[in-house]
Amino acid sequence: MATQNAPLSMHRAVEGLGVWEHRGKVTAVGIGHSPTARRWDGQAETAIGALAIDALRKAIEDAGVSPDQVDGLVLDPGTTTGAHWEEGDPIPMDVVNAFNPTDDPLDGIAQLSAEWLLKNMPELTNVNFTMYGRGCMSNAIVTAAQAVGDGLTNTCLVLKGWHNLAGRYYQGGANALSDRPGTAAMSTLWGTPASYGTALQFAAYCRKYGKNHDMMAPFVVNSKRNGLLFPEGFFAQHRPEPLTVEDYIAARWIAKPANLYDNDIPIMATAAYLFTTAERAKDMKQKPVYILNHASSHTAAHSLTPTLEEVEADTARTGRMLYEGAGITANDLSFENMYDGFTLFHQFHMEGLGFRGVKFGEALDFYQTDISIEGPNPVSPSGGNAGSGRTRFWMHTDCIQQIQGRAGARQITGVKAEIGVSGGPMPMGGNFTVWGATPD
Amino acid sequence: MPKQSVVADELTKPYYDACNEGRLVIQGCKTCGNLQHPAARACKQCGGSDMEWKPVSGRGKIYEYGVVHDCPIKELQADQPFNVAVITLEEDSRIQFYSHLPGVPVDEVPVGATVQVDMETTPNGQKVPEWRVVS
Repeated sequence: MATQNAPLSMHRAVEGLGVWEHRGKVTAVGIGHSPTARRWDGQAETAIGALAIDALRKAIEDAGVSPDQVDGLVLDPGTTTGAHWEEGDPIPMDVVNAFNPTDDPLDGIAQLSAEWLLKNMPELTNVNFTMYGRGCMSNAIVTAAQAVGDGLTNTCLVLKGWHNLAGRYYQGGANALSDRPGTAAMSTLWGTPASYGTALQFAAYCRKYGKNHDMMAPFVVNSKRNGLLFPEGFFAQHRPEPLTVEDYIAARWIAKPANLYDNDIPIMATAAYLFTTAERAKDMKQKPVYILNHASSHTAAHSLTPTLEEVEADTARTGRMLYEGAGITANDLSFENMYDGFTLFHQFHMEGLGFRGVKFGEALDFYQTDISIEGPNPVSPSGGNAGSGRTRFWMHTDCIQQIQGRAGARQITGVKAEIGVSGGPMPMGGNFTVWGATPD
Repeated sequence: MPKQSVVADELTKPYYDACNEGRLVIQGCKTCGNLQHPAARACKQCGGSDMEWKPVSGRGKIYEYGVVHDCPIKELQADQPFNVAVITLEEDSRIQFYSHLPGVPVDEVPVGATVQVDMETTPNGQKVPEWRVVS
């Protein structure tokens, strides 16, 4: 069974589509997370394939279904953006052969295919639908939601894995060479780190609205606090130290005005969800969380990097699309869990949503108010990537757990968790989901 | 500040040949008139493939900047921290170039200032656009 990439037609990427035809008919009913690690230790039992199998099995168990009831699998086959297996590096065949391999020896080590997963999970006897939602868990989620809604699959696993290898992220490959091909050089020759583009937008934002980087501190400190309340997360598991405002402000720059804590830490981790129809979910083990809408942005920068103006236009459009398709307004949001992989762009997502009435230019002032999980305006209750490491899925897990009442110490208490929104990654370009406690 | 050497490829050879002659050109679409940078096989606006290289004045403005303290490119790490500014072109302010802004002290970039292209030679002799503040 060859696995196809999800066609763009599955995305809701324009305004004017009206309410999503499957609003309230698709549910999340199971969650599974692997343990986390900073880097791969080279062992078979901790390879990304093993972590993926672990998360998938946990999601199945959490949902209370038997594996043979699963008929679909949607995943992102990519498992990194910056830790690549360097060409020529020997592949550990003992690890490859500890599993049932595919034709690609890096399958299960530095990537994941549906074929590899099905070969190594013999209990999944009835999977007849597989699809790739490439890039992020956010895309896998919207792909799976649309697929279940369209009847392509009834009980569907949704997976994202991240591997991390020895060495520094993004420092290998072309960046380690003495020359660069001409086309690539146009955008890469000046040595911008990954967070540069966001830092540039943030600098323009501060200049335009009269703000400053120190105003980010309460948001990052709040996210780190929430992350330490996320037992599945990296910092809770390995580095349970809180971050103070002083720590944040004193941190070294990466691409000023982005400092160390504005950049997420690459880790190894996987997460899986089980989606099914609202009808099927009525009698299941966990309280179903209803998907009210999904929306996607395919917008690209006009030139080398998005400007603040382009970002603000696109996040506003994303907000409008989300509300239109879910049939809600910003006033209906209990909380928001928009992406924070570079903390400096979380505000652009939040302002685009108009969360709690926050307009463009007001988010940093909003951060100085009570944004805690105990307060009336919970911002990023998941803690996001800042709080738990670079996975781009803590936000989604938290949305589901908050609405189910299973967020543990992280459960928001100042408001009732009824409708939340998550997604990313970038303010321009990403996939977003609205989650609800009821289908209505 | 030495950069990586640039090896022109088939798509960008006209661009880099012009750089070697001290001229700045960018891609223009013959079908819809869109200007674009970086170069691509097709027009990002209309999808057409009938592209040409159009001369531009080499004047622009500084849109904004960041200061790189932790650079992923090995060749540049000895020079960090350094400025990286985004320059917008006079002919079309949506067109951007990156610049290390030679001559401008680190973190003292005059946002909004006018700049002029000033070709810089990379280690293998290939020139690339850099930009100098003129006002």
